[in-house]
Amino acid sequence: MIQVLATALTVVALVAALWSLVLVITDRPITLATKPTLGLAAVVVLLETGLLIQAVLVTVNVLSADRGSLDTPTFFGYLISVTLVLPIGAYWALGDRSRWGAGVLAVTCLSVPAMILRLNQLWETTHG
Amino acid sequence: MGDRQRHDQLKVTTRSGPGRMLIAVYGIFALAATARSAVQIATRFEQAPLAYTLSAFAAAVYVVATAALAGVVSRRIAYLACAVELTGVLVVGAASLVFADAFPDATVWSDFGGGYLFIPLVLPALGLLWLRHTGRGQLDRTTTSTQ
Repeated sequence: MIQVLATALTVVALVAALWSLVLVITDRPITLATKPTLGLAAVVVLLETGLLIQAVLVTVNVLSADRGSLDTPTFFGYLISVTLVLPIGAYWALGDRSRWGAGVLAVTCLSVPAMILRLNQLWETTHG
Repeated sequence: MGDRQRHDQLKVTTRSGPGRMLIAVYGIFALAATARSAVQIATRFEQAPLAYTLSAFAAAVYVVATAALAGVVSRRIAYLACAVELTGVLVVGAASLVFADAFPDATVWSDFGGGYLFIPLVLPALGLLWLRHTGRGQLDRTTTSTQ
């Protein structure tokens, strides 16, 4: 894992989740027509880009060096899942033009740090 | 409004509003549980056959519940999936504490879902409540329209 990137992605995901929660509480649906929702969309796109970069870099890292006892199948399971969850969640969020669409996005964004945490745990068990 | 329309309307109601957020959580659990269970069974099934079989079962229940709540299959199946899920998390949760030896590796439902912030315990309850709530709303509309 690239710690700087993993930490940055966790922070961005939490910001996006918090932003979504504010939209839920203030009852602003994600219309992609207002500045707050466009800003959120930009953060989500940034997050997904970062997750894809992480997937590529970490894959190269794992394949190019001997990672000893790393639970590779589980690790790649999480690495792939974490890149899939955001596009699917965003699609599902946009389908509901009420405050609950933002709620969907909040839940989705919160799952990203959870999966990054699991990736880090799997990584650290093999790297002391 | 005909029966068919009412039926479709109820499906839309079920996947709208808070229901949509509920389905999102279900979807994440379906994705995570399926991926995890596939890896467990493919790489080390013999280490904890009971736990991994239960993991696969839990994953299947999450997939069915997600699909049923989203209106792909009937609401009756959604009720059934949520009920099975609630029973599963209670039974497996209790069993994992009483017969810890039988569970060398954890399942989603071990310790009542404690490894997942107890979301697996809360989720089926919310699912059942939401299905009852939306079903009732429909009933109210039906009775008022016939009056």
